[in-house]
Amino acid sequence: MTIDAVRAAVAAGTTTATALAEQHYARIAADDGANGKGINSFLALSRERALAQAARVDAAAAKGEALGPLAGVPVGIKDVLAMQGSPATAGSLILKGYRPPYDGTAVAKLEAAGAVLLGKLNCDEFAMGSSNENSAYGAVKNPKALDRVPGGSSGGSAAAVAAGFAVATLGTDTGGSIRQPAAFCGVVGVLPTYGRVSRYGLIAFASSLDRVGPFTNTVKDAATLLEVLAGRDVMDETSADRPVDGYVAALENPVEGLRVGVPAEYFGEGLDPEIRAAIERVLDGLKLAGCVVKPVSLPHTKYAIPTYYVIATAEASSNLSRFDGVRFGLRSEDAATLSAMYRKTRDAGFGPEVKRRILLGTYALSAGYYDAYYRKAQQVRGLLTRDFLAAFGEVDVIVGPMTPTPAFKLGEKTDDPVAMYLADIYSVAASLAGICGVSVPCGETKDGLPIGVQIMARHFDEATMLRVGAAVEGQQAGRQVEG
Amino acid sequence: MSGVSLEDVRRVAELANLELTAEEEPRMQRDLNAILGHIAQLNELDTTGVLAMAQVGEMLGGAVHAHGEELRADVVRASVDRAAVMAVAPETDGRFFKVPKVIER
Repeated sequence: MTIDAVRAAVAAGTTTATALAEQHYARIAADDGANGKGINSFLALSRERALAQAARVDAAAAKGEALGPLAGVPVGIKDVLAMQGSPATAGSLILKGYRPPYDGTAVAKLEAAGAVLLGKLNCDEFAMGSSNENSAYGAVKNPKALDRVPGGSSGGSAAAVAAGFAVATLGTDTGGSIRQPAAFCGVVGVLPTYGRVSRYGLIAFASSLDRVGPFTNTVKDAATLLEVLAGRDVMDETSADRPVDGYVAALENPVEGLRVGVPAEYFGEGLDPEIRAAIERVLDGLKLAGCVVKPVSLPHTKYAIPTYYVIATAEASSNLSRFDGVRFGLRSEDAATLSAMYRKTRDAGFGPEVKRRILLGTYALSAGYYDAYYRKAQQVRGLLTRDFLAAFGEVDVIVGPMTPTPAFKLGEKTDDPVAMYLADIYSVAASLAGICGVSVPCGETKDGLPIGVQIMARHFDEATMLRVGAAVEGQQAGRQVEG
Repeated sequence: MSGVSLEDVRRVAELANLELTAEEEPRMQRDLNAILGHIAQLNELDTTGVLAMAQVGEMLGGAVHAHGEELRADVVRASVDRAAVMAVAPETDGRFFKVPKVIER
């Protein structure tokens, strides 16, 4: 179901927001738990809040009042975002039982636009992971292939849309955590430009990289959500004071004449041949639609993963120092002194991947290593960003594969951190450069696993990015009809 | 650069306020060395004279007005209610957070 279909049906009275919420809760009850398919995407349901909001929407619809752009739309929220009255665990034991006493801005904006907040969604602990296997509350299964991962870290957010548990969800992306699971689950996932969407109420992982963005079934739905979410927020000083484009209206403009860059660096060794073929079909389709498709160079691409793992872990080691048992969540009871309480709480509360990243980040920032690792990575981040700025001097969007492989099997990479990190090889560069990106479904492998194409655009040019995304999506629909 | 020793792992864990078990230490040593081995690729690049980039905005030449560099107006605005904050803490007296003994000797 699309956002337009929900809003139209609620406005016309052919259904109610309450009935829709109940239908989605029924689907979650049937399939999300261990008695159903065991997808495990929801960590907590917020029935009371959802049904109160649905009743408000239904009352407004009955009176013929103007409805918000998301009126009656059932949505889910990644568990790293604060939603008053519900838990916010960030997938970690250290925040077990914590209920934030306020709403994050993105959450509040969705509800103000009429959305019905169904509950909180599973994710890798503190958004650290590429498979959702690092959650302290169990892995999430890919609804399209139950023996495979949904991707991460926003695996629950991607799976919930793919399984029909929610019409849209919020995720966060630090190095690929929206776009990669979107590709693995066959849904649309948007990484907005750094600063485009407020992060107030987000449990921070790496502050120079973290972004909040939507998962949806269609590009138009993503445009609708982004229009609601985007904009300056006085509660987040990193939110940009720039006008928000009409993303939905922009989808009407033809893509004819747009210049599409194809980076050779994204088509090298390790790219699955079926994914390569699917991306080449997308590029052929864009040529037919009148785009000028030409090669661009992003020469520092191979350095994006090592750069990312220095910068993200360094920032995480600082951000996660706030989890110490004093103000929220877990506290170890068997400590006689403050310093022992800190250490025992953190040892009991953090999982292995979070400890690994805190140690790596602390190491990279420690005396004697700062210049060799942290400063060096910041310099290479500058080079990677300049690659994009130069490419966007020649083209309007850059198109390539979202992931090197389709969704891998549960347990396949859990014992090899470097192999797991390489799952993000095509996503981290855009994260470091701060540009926007979107993953759009563009077919399936012979085994029926979803394939995503990545479209990247200039800082704050989500309008052009989504326009190309809609064209790609339209071509997929056309192919299905022909087939 | 030589590899990370068990001693390094313990030192960094102490800096990070982490207490690793005897089983965790060798595993973390192995993983850190594997990741740092991958990160060593960065040394292939000559970055002499390249400015370190800390934030996205600084690469955009003022195209983003992110407010971070200027002071906001010094006005009081409502924040989350203190009682609500205290209610989710592990231990408080209603006004302050309570913690175990701070001075250890």
